[in-house]
Amino acid sequence: MTEPGPAIEARGITRRFGAVVAVNEVSLDIPRAQIYGFLGPNGSGKSTTIRMLCGLLLPQAGTIRVLGHEVPREAEALRRQIGYMTQKFSLWDDLTVLENLRFMARAYTLGTERSARRIAAVLEEYRLGELRDRLAAEMSGGQRQRLALATATLHEPPLLMLDEPTSAVDPQSRRDFWESLFALVARGTTILVSTHYMDEAERCHRLAILSEGRLVAEGEPATLMDGLPLHVVEVKTGAIEAARRELHRLPAMRSLAQLGLRLHVLLDNGVADPAGLVRAALSAAGIDAEVLLARASLEDVFVAATLPRAAAGTGAAP
Amino acid sequence: MSAAAEFFQRVAAVAGKEVRQLRRDRLTAGMIFGVPLLLILIFGYGINFDVRHLRAAWADDANSSGSRALVADIAASQVVDFVARARGPEELRRLIASGEVSVGLYLPPDFERRRLGGERALAQLFIDGSEPGVEAAARALAGIPVRDRLTAPLRRTATLEVLTEYNPERRTAVQIVPALIGVILTMTMVVFTAIALVRERERGNLELLITTPVRPVELMLGKLLPYVAVGLVQTSIVLGAGVLLFQVPVNGSVAQLYAGATLFIAATLALGLLISTVARTQFQAMQLGYFVMLPSILLSGFMFPFEGMPVAVQWLAQALPLTHFNDILRGVILRGASLGDMSRPLLKLTAFFVVAVAVAAMRFRKRLG
Repeated sequence: MTEPGPAIEARGITRRFGAVVAVNEVSLDIPRAQIYGFLGPNGSGKSTTIRMLCGLLLPQAGTIRVLGHEVPREAEALRRQIGYMTQKFSLWDDLTVLENLRFMARAYTLGTERSARRIAAVLEEYRLGELRDRLAAEMSGGQRQRLALATATLHEPPLLMLDEPTSAVDPQSRRDFWESLFALVARGTTILVSTHYMDEAERCHRLAILSEGRLVAEGEPATLMDGLPLHVVEVKTGAIEAARRELHRLPAMRSLAQLGLRLHVLLDNGVADPAGLVRAALSAAGIDAEVLLARASLEDVFVAATLPRAAAGTGAAP
Repeated sequence: MSAAAEFFQRVAAVAGKEVRQLRRDRLTAGMIFGVPLLLILIFGYGINFDVRHLRAAWADDANSSGSRALVADIAASQVVDFVARARGPEELRRLIASGEVSVGLYLPPDFERRRLGGERALAQLFIDGSEPGVEAAARALAGIPVRDRLTAPLRRTATLEVLTEYNPERRTAVQIVPALIGVILTMTMVVFTAIALVRERERGNLELLITTPVRPVELMLGKLLPYVAVGLVQTSIVLGAGVLLFQVPVNGSVAQLYAGATLFIAATLALGLLISTVARTQFQAMQLGYFVMLPSILLSGFMFPFEGMPVAVQWLAQALPLTHFNDILRGVILRGASLGDMSRPLLKLTAFFVVAVAVAAMRFRKRLG
């Protein structure tokens, strides 16, 4: 990757569907040869953003440059440089693994020699060799996902756009899949991946958190966690329900979630001694509890970023 | 690789994929052969413009030897089969209204006086106008001569023989079967391509397909080409059945017939593709397909003479590929015309194909939503 500048630059892109603003003035700089994650719940605008970035949807406002090409005007020229993996499996169920790969190789006009070499390479890399004559319809979720990645990388694109690639696969397949992504990045590929799994988001080099079509936080996962403008307190108690009621009365309380026997509490960072505040509130109510300050997780960052804006600040990294 | 080579390779990629998918789809593959064979058998034997054996009733208020002779003559023509005798015109009307008979013959009490006078019609024929073809048959009946013992036997007693000489059944088959090639192809071809793109969209394949370098026109041609071969197979089935079962003579050149058929098939498939760019679901595509099919069959001159239609409808018919293919079929098969004589319909089919593919490709955006 000798070309300078980010792989993707987007400025103020907006897309409405009827009255719903699916993507609202999102700006992005996605660096080359990294994994860049889109984290957000369903309906937050992840898929719509990805589709605009690869020219499948027209933005109603804003500008996009991908690998130096202006999108959507030069989208066609970008086709060979992008590998795309759709959220829903979109290869042909009634074709075999090999037939699917051969069709895509011909669609990208790889030529006889290169397509033979590339098909052999992806069959090997994504452990599809023994499945080569299996119909796509008869494969498991993990196998289909490997076929989809094999297809997306067949023409060796410098940029991969993966829309929730792991939503239909088991945990082991997800781990293997991420190993494959890091192998691709090591060879210089830029990867844009959307997810709603925290553990996956944490593995990205950089992350954008989307909520209701807006970019609400952006940065490296560690920076986002360290820079969380909220205190994280964990409460361990036998009287969980009583403690929950008590904590909900605290004006500084922003979010509360139960994790097994513990309560996970986010408090305003204006509070000087968050653990002391919680301890005092609980003992005043006669609840025996163990209260500890905790390190912010990515989930806390996500929760903070998607709280009503007035309550939690922007949550952006410094 | 040159741009042209890439173009052909991508068209071949799409066409190859389509063929593989078609081969896996056993039911559709079976229908390719089964449907035209079934249709040619049903239509070939079933469609007969020479209506015979209509169920009829009669009421004879004259009850003379002359009136009985007329009833017998009409019965002998086999155009109608008398199945009921009514008491008067009211009952005849009721029998027609109930659907028991399609034709009612009424011989009035003054039948003999009318026969001698020769000014008024001898008898009345009640016809069920709701059934096409019945009226035409009745008109033929109206001209039937009456035996007259007072005068010399009428010259035209040979009406029945004239009809026989005409050989009604065979004549219909000879007219019908060539046109059936076009009708059957319209029925199968339009739907094949109408669902072609919509199916990709419904199954979610389109989102991936449009991220590849395959261009709209390449996608259209790739989707269309395999079905041209399918259409030629169907042409052979219908033509073969027509020659073997219905003794349809092929007076012109078979090669020229196939050349015309290829153009027609391509034009019809292109029409299907156009539908496919409008419809969002397979169900909509099927509905639109039938929407095109019926006017094609009714207005192409297959059923009714083209000349009898209002000018506006004639224009509409001109826009249908089947109209021009019928010209070619009748010309080549029945009149032994060469393709040179058929240059106008051929040119129109070519123009239709080019325009339809171009519009379909322009309508097809490589975008979602």
